[in-house]
Formats: sequence, C-alpha cells, structure tokens
Amino acid sequence: MTAVMQPGMDHVDLAPADADIALRAIGVSCWFGKRKVLEGVDLAIARHSVVALIGPSGCGKSTFLRTLNRMHELVPGASLAGSVELDGTDIYGSELRPSEVRKRVGMVFQKPNPFPAMTIRENVLAGLKLTGSKTSEPNELVEWALTRASLWTEVRDRLDTPGGSLSGGQQQRLCIARSLAIKPDVLLMDEPCSALDPTSTRRVEETIGEVSEEVTIVIVTHNMQQAQRVSDTCAFFLAEENQPGRIVEFGATEQVFSNPVDPRTNDYVNGRFG
Amino acid sequence: MTVALRPRRPRSLRPSDALRSVGVFGAAIVVTLLAFLFTPLDGGLGFVVIAFAVFLALEYAMVRQTMDRKHAIDHLVSTLVYICAVLTALPLVLIVGTVVVKGLPGLSLNFFTKTLEGVDPSASSTVGGALHAITGTLTQVGFAVIVTVPFGILTAVYLTEIEGRFTGIVRLLVDAMSGIPSIVAGLFVYAIWVIGPGHGFSGFAASLALSILMLPTVARTTEEMLKLVDPSLREASLALGSPQWRTVGQVVLPTARAGIVTAVILGVARVAGETAPLLMTAFGNDKVISPAAAFHEPQSALPLFIFQQLAQDQRERAWTAALALIGLVLLLFMLARLVSRKARAR
Repeated sequence: MTAVMQPGMDHVDLAPADADIALRAIGVSCWFGKRKVLEGVDLAIARHSVVALIGPSGCGKSTFLRTLNRMHELVPGASLAGSVELDGTDIYGSELRPSEVRKRVGMVFQKPNPFPAMTIRENVLAGLKLTGSKTSEPNELVEWALTRASLWTEVRDRLDTPGGSLSGGQQQRLCIARSLAIKPDVLLMDEPCSALDPTSTRRVEETIGEVSEEVTIVIVTHNMQQAQRVSDTCAFFLAEENQPGRIVEFGATEQVFSNPVDPRTNDYVNGRFG
Repeated sequence: MTVALRPRRPRSLRPSDALRSVGVFGAAIVVTLLAFLFTPLDGGLGFVVIAFAVFLALEYAMVRQTMDRKHAIDHLVSTLVYICAVLTALPLVLIVGTVVVKGLPGLSLNFFTKTLEGVDPSASSTVGGALHAITGTLTQVGFAVIVTVPFGILTAVYLTEIEGRFTGIVRLLVDAMSGIPSIVAGLFVYAIWVIGPGHGFSGFAASLALSILMLPTVARTTEEMLKLVDPSLREASLALGSPQWRTVGQVVLPTARAGIVTAVILGVARVAGETAPLLMTAFGNDKVISPAAAFHEPQSALPLFIFQQLAQDQRERAWTAALALIGLVLLLFMLARLVSRKARAR
C-alpha cells in the first residue's frame, strides 16, 4: 500500500487497520482484448467513507469501478489481473460467486435504468426478487429505501405506477433505492449525475451524504466540484498517451484539490487539461 | 387587442400545386389517348406505362418553368416515390376488394354455425357452412402455437442471451428453416407421422407441419425484440446479484413482452393461410372435429376448404371462406399492432 500513501495526510486515516477496510484492490490491471487499459492499481477503501475516482475520459476509472463488483468480466473479451478483497476475502476467489459479490457490492449506473416492466414498488423490491430473497416487511423496506434515496415523499402516492413514468432525476434516485434495498456493504456509482439537471444532482449528492453512514461509496465523477462536495478521499487516474491508466495520486479530498503532490494532479483539478 | 392565433401546419401542399398536378395528369391522359388513336399503339398496360411517362415529362416541364433544375428534379423524384408507394398498396386493395365483393353474398349465419356434413356437393352454396373449417383452422393453429412458442422463445433467448459457441450455426439454421417450402414441410410430416408410424391424416399432423413453418418466424422476430431490450437493464439486474436465468425471466422477457406477443401473432398470420402442407396432413373432413379427436382424425381448415370447394366448382362458398380467412388474419395483425402500440406508450 505504500505506493498510494502520500505525505501530510494526518487528518484522514489512509492506512487504516485491516478491519476498517471495506474494499481493497491489489495490483489490478485490466484488458479489453489485447489492449491494456489499467495497470497496477492499488487502493484501500475505508469502511463508510466516500471515495471519488477522478480523471480524464479514457483513464480507466469506470473500468476499475467495474472490477470491484465483477461487472468488468461481462464485457466480451475483457480480462484482468490482480485481486480485490471484500472484507478480506478475494472476490475473484473460489469462495464467492459473482452474484454474491454483486449482491454485497451494489452499483448505480451513468444512465438511470429502472426496469420499465415494473412499478416503482416492484423496482425497489427487484433486488430481492432477482436474488431469490424474501422480506417479511416489503412495505417497510420500500419506504426505507425510498426515504434513503430522498424519493419517498415524491412517490409515496404512486408506488404502483411504472418506474419509467418518473423524471430522469427521480429515476436515478429510484435506481439508488433499488440498490440500497438489498442492503449492500458497498455502493459503486458510475457518474450517477452526468445525465441529471443541477437540482436532481444536488438531491443525489444529499443522498450520498446520508447513506454513507451505513454504506461505503465509490463514485466516479467528471465534476470536480461534486468530488469535493461528496468525497472524503479522492483518487486521480491518468492514462498517458498509449499507456494504460494508473493512479497518479490518492489522498484526502481536501489535500488532492488544494495541495496536490503530483503536478499533473494540480493541472487536472485546476482544469488545465482533461 | 389580442391577435387570434390559428394553428397551421407549415409547408403543406399548396392548392395551386395540387391543381397543376391534376391538370398535368389530365393532359397526360389526353395526350396518350390521342397517341393511341392516331398511331398503331395498343394495349392496356402499354397505355398505363406511356401515360405515366408522359405525366412525369409534362410535370417536369411545368415545374421547370418556376424552379431551377435541382428543385425540379427533386420534385420529379418525390412525385415518382409517392406514386410508387401508392402502386405498392394497390394490389392489396384490389385483393381485399375482390374478396369482399365476391365473398359477401355468401356470408350468412349458416356459414359460421353449420358444416358440410351430409350436404350434397351440388347443393346451392347457401346450404351448409364452414364451421368445421373455421374450428379446424383454430385447432390446428392453436396446437402449432403451443408447440412453437416455448421453442421459439427459448431459441431466441439462446441467440441473444446465452450466445454460446453454436449461436452462429443456430441462427443460420433458423434462417435456412424459414426458407423451407411449405409443401416440403407437409411432405416431411406426411412421411414421418402420417404414413411412417401410421398415425394417418389428422389435424395434429397439420399442426406439426405448421409448427415447422412458424418456428423460424417466431424465433427470429422474438430475437429481434429481445435485442431491443436496453443492455443496461441486463447490467442493472446482474449488478443486483441476480443469476442470469432470473435476469432473463424477470427483466428481459417481461420488458419485451409486447414484442414477443407480436412475434407469435406474426407467426400465426404466416401459417394461417397455408394450404399445401394441409393437403398431406389434415386432408379434410365435412364435420367438426373436437380438439381431442384432432390427434387421429382428418380435419378441415379454411384454406383447405377453399381449395376443395373450388375443385367442386362451388365458387361462392370458396370466396366466402377466403373472406373469412382474410378477416381472421387481419384481426390478428390488428391485434399485433394494438399490443405493440400499447407497449410503446409505456
């Protein structure tokens, strides 16, 4: 882990004890076919923290995110090296099935994607149905998840209308509620606000702040202000020309934005490229 | 003072343009008539072709007066495209029109409630009815749907969701299957079911032949419908920890439900009018056969009924049955459109 440690970060614990690490990536490299897009990424994600992954397009941050819940391998021709530990267990090991990993590490996508054939209520409960789990209190769970996603007051009177009838911002919050309803340990968010208007973006950011009390969040964002607003720590990814992406800098968000160690980080966060 | 706003659609056809086209059309007819009167030109088809050419030439010359060359050519080509579109619809209108005109006189309550059991072949066409043929078609197509729907949907799921090593070859085979001539499907069933094991002619044998013809339509149309399902929904489902079979069953298929219904109805419409395979399988009968008896007894069907009535020179009865058949297929198409439109509205 020494590679990602930076000096002068005493206010955020970047080398927490193992028990406080929710997710640890060790030497993760990724390929699409023969093209290497990510190389040697080490990252320790503290429990109940919000980690932002920033960097220019094509630097491999979304790909990295998708290695954390085994979604990367769904792309034909995709492969990877290294390992990812979830509470100390390798998610690519034989102990865990991909579906178990994904149940514990939820994901919210760039484009809102509620299930169109389901109502709002069914969308929230979809995770249970799809994993064959049951709950004795479905109504309570629906209310809990929608409240967590700050959508409850807007939809409480129309839970049985199709999920697709909501606005884009509401749909994204419905997707967050859907992910929360299966009580994941970690929630991955891949540019969750890039298709949303400023008001919806603010609501989603508030949601992130609220749920981070119980869930560890890893968020990919192109919005520097958003990264500053929501995250505790921040990893800057960069792919030099014709090179796979790497982590250039990882540290407390405040540190990365105000006093970065690497000059390239400084250039990026100040909008000089990317 | 407020100005009253009247909504209008911009760029609609100008009355003067329409008037000019009508005038040019009349002129073209007159010119062609004159040409036919004073030259040895002859024949109906020739008249239509020459009038059409004269119309296009005159129309071009007229619009060229007010437009430059590019716009005049643009106008000429659009006119040509419009006319071709209308011509394409013409055969359908003529067919349906002929069938309605010839079939309506024979249409009575009898047609839907009586059979030809015990009816003398030379009796007037208003005696007896086609109940046995209508129920036969419904039974045979119904069985074919029961056989085809699971196979068709599972094939489509294999082609789009599993994408195993054999996807390419399966798709090729399904495509090749859709090219099987219907009479070959009939002969095949005749060989392996009717005479081979000696089950004899039956409605069920007809269903088997229809299934062979229907399967590729259902499988390929369903495949196209499943391809339309947003891949991000599959990702969302898998990301929730769903195994693939649940993703397909709970997310992909329900999302494509209306499309799958359309696929099945298109498959039914494809085979409802098949005649050739029925000759060697259902064979024909004059009485109503129950679905249970259809496994071992010959049965009639609407296309077969039309064919056999024509052979006995009972033209009116055949036309009426043709009308009933077209009505049935039309009903199914309308149902398919309705279902798919409803799905789009969601």
